[in-house]
Amino acid sequence: MLRYLVAQSGDEIFRRRALLKTIQRSGRLAFTLVEHAFDHAFGPRINPFYHLGALSFFFFWVVTASGIYLFIFFETSIEGAYRSVEYLTHEQWYLGSVARSLHRYASDAMVIVVLLHLAREFVLDRYRGVRWYAWITGVLLLWFLYASGIGGYWLVWDRLAQYIAVVTAEWFDWLPIFGEPMARNFLNNAAVSDRFFSLLSFLHIGIPLFLLLGMWIHILRISVAKTNPPRAIMIGTLLALTVLSALYPALSQGPADLDTVVSVVRPDWFYLALYPLIDVWSPGVAWGIAGGGTLLLMILPWLPRRREAAAAVVSLPNCNGCGRCFADCPYSAVIMLPRTDGLPYDSQASVNPDLCTACGICVGACPTATPFRRKTELIAGIDMPLLAIRTIREKTLTATTKLEGQDRVLVYGCQPGIDLTGLAQKGVGVLTLPCVAALTPSFIDFVITRHHADGVMLVGCAAGDCYHRLGVDWTEQRLAGQRDPYLRGRVPRERIATAWVAPSGAKRLTQALDAFRSRLRDMGPYQKGGSLPPPSASPSSNHGEVSDAAYRLG
Amino acid sequence: MLKKIMRYSGQGLFYGLFVSVIGYFSVAPAYVHFPADQALIKVSFSHAGQPLEECRVRTAEELEKLPPNMRVPVVCGRERSPVKFELELDGELLYRAELPPAGLSRDGASTVYQRFAVPAGRYRLRTRLNDSVRVPDFNYTQETDVTVVPGQVFVVDFNAHTGGFVFK
Repeated sequence: MLRYLVAQSGDEIFRRRALLKTIQRSGRLAFTLVEHAFDHAFGPRINPFYHLGALSFFFFWVVTASGIYLFIFFETSIEGAYRSVEYLTHEQWYLGSVARSLHRYASDAMVIVVLLHLAREFVLDRYRGVRWYAWITGVLLLWFLYASGIGGYWLVWDRLAQYIAVVTAEWFDWLPIFGEPMARNFLNNAAVSDRFFSLLSFLHIGIPLFLLLGMWIHILRISVAKTNPPRAIMIGTLLALTVLSALYPALSQGPADLDTVVSVVRPDWFYLALYPLIDVWSPGVAWGIAGGGTLLLMILPWLPRRREAAAAVVSLPNCNGCGRCFADCPYSAVIMLPRTDGLPYDSQASVNPDLCTACGICVGACPTATPFRRKTELIAGIDMPLLAIRTIREKTLTATTKLEGQDRVLVYGCQPGIDLTGLAQKGVGVLTLPCVAALTPSFIDFVITRHHADGVMLVGCAAGDCYHRLGVDWTEQRLAGQRDPYLRGRVPRERIATAWVAPSGAKRLTQALDAFRSRLRDMGPYQKGGSLPPPSASPSSNHGEVSDAAYRLG
Repeated sequence: MLKKIMRYSGQGLFYGLFVSVIGYFSVAPAYVHFPADQALIKVSFSHAGQPLEECRVRTAEELEKLPPNMRVPVVCGRERSPVKFELELDGELLYRAELPPAGLSRDGASTVYQRFAVPAGRYRLRTRLNDSVRVPDFNYTQETDVTVVPGQVFVVDFNAHTGGFVFK
């Protein structure tokens, strides 16, 4: 019986996984198509789809700044609320109207990027495992976001505000928690007082402050969280929203009058899409959608649960407490503790397995993870149980042994990125790592200066969209000598190519590889000290934003 | 150069598309919440029914047994009567309810909030309310002729302190 139940639950989990993968695959395809188009226009560095979370922070600040300006002129009274907003819109059209419109449109933009951010993290499977915390806090933030936005519409006290006030009250009255129906507060004009607007103003400031607090909690477990999008997108979106505000200003929909019923409204559908359902179906159904949807999203990380690979392990005899793994871990899974083994170092690394995704970036940061070590057994200060540094060395040697010709290339790829199986051919070896930043630069040195291959190509996720968040950035900085562990100066930079490509970039990657091999053929075999990089291929330019796709796709 | 122009044009296109979506869906399409030719009757009040049991005067013996600070001569039960309410429009029953008192001890007010869309026009409105289980019939009744215009909100409220039903 027990065996039967276990088998049944196993089947169920298998079915769920299959369904989940189908949904994610479809979603990923849709996102890939759109992002591909955006890549062409923006380039991957500033593709807005790779900065959705940071964009939501940016829009929050735009809403805050415009809101502060509006609040200076806003009157917290029944008559004054509408009048002051009308004054801002029509009398102060040059600034007040733009500020009002920016306030509305930026909050709408925030809803769009937040929902896209949620959907994208889901289809890319970046919400389960150790990322459950960011996912759940993010889902809860949706309520604060909507409460902030909808509360703002009340303040205008126009016909739309009246509609929202009455329907919201009726919606909440469905919950059996109020002694007296909230909707009684909006029976007619006599039922509303000026104090109501003081309360609303207080709520419209308080709830966004809680939203901000929640946004901070949301990124608490992420190291080096990106809360500012690239400057180009900030300027672009702000400019576009300002132009929209000037050309198509937000307007009120006539003063509220509770003695008459609102017939036709023009809702802001980004915030109020649920409201007609309250009318058409019932408040209970609307609560079912909102509450049930939230609950479903919250338990999603466990439907089914993601099992991470074995966490990184610290080898104390090999750890000198340098802290590079601590600095580079994208998930704050590594912390530094006081030394416990008596070795003459101040600190030692320690891994929290609950936060570790086994990306291996810590190993790539460890100066002891070098393939050149011969006197002692190759064990890094921090290592991955499933792909130890010793194994990477062995696989490197295996992959390069069979390579022939003068254009031998060893490609190091990352597992969550583009599929590299089609790349392996005569003269090209492929080795896939959990993340491209799991590779210490000394491996590149090892492969080239020991003549295991004529060149090394690093292939990672699209720049700005690294699955493990910081892998591409750290790799670039290590190659450019800006981040420990550095790539040694003796390694000829022209024999290294990096390609940060999205899954849709297979063709471009093949072209880049062919071009790279062609250049290697022209260079001839590596000779110690005899193959200096050309001026244009200095580390800074070679690994910066270059247009030569033979060296770098981005 | 051409590539740059194409790139910036593409960015402009996407920014334009982004703000167009925002601009459009922030006010459109319009939604018809309520038919323009109808009026709305809202029935809403909050009224505490009479105590379920009559208050009782304690006997001298009972008072003697109590501590001096608790010797209240009259004792009343906490629970209140449910409030029965009926609304008739032109002689036809539109709404009938027995509204329970709120609270765990059922000692709070009975409340109601209902709305009814009706075609604009003239109606004979009759409201009846009973707030005591000890009264067999309705102890508050009011009738009135009312003319409602399209879009008007007509409120039926109740306040025992001002004599009963309030039509606004």
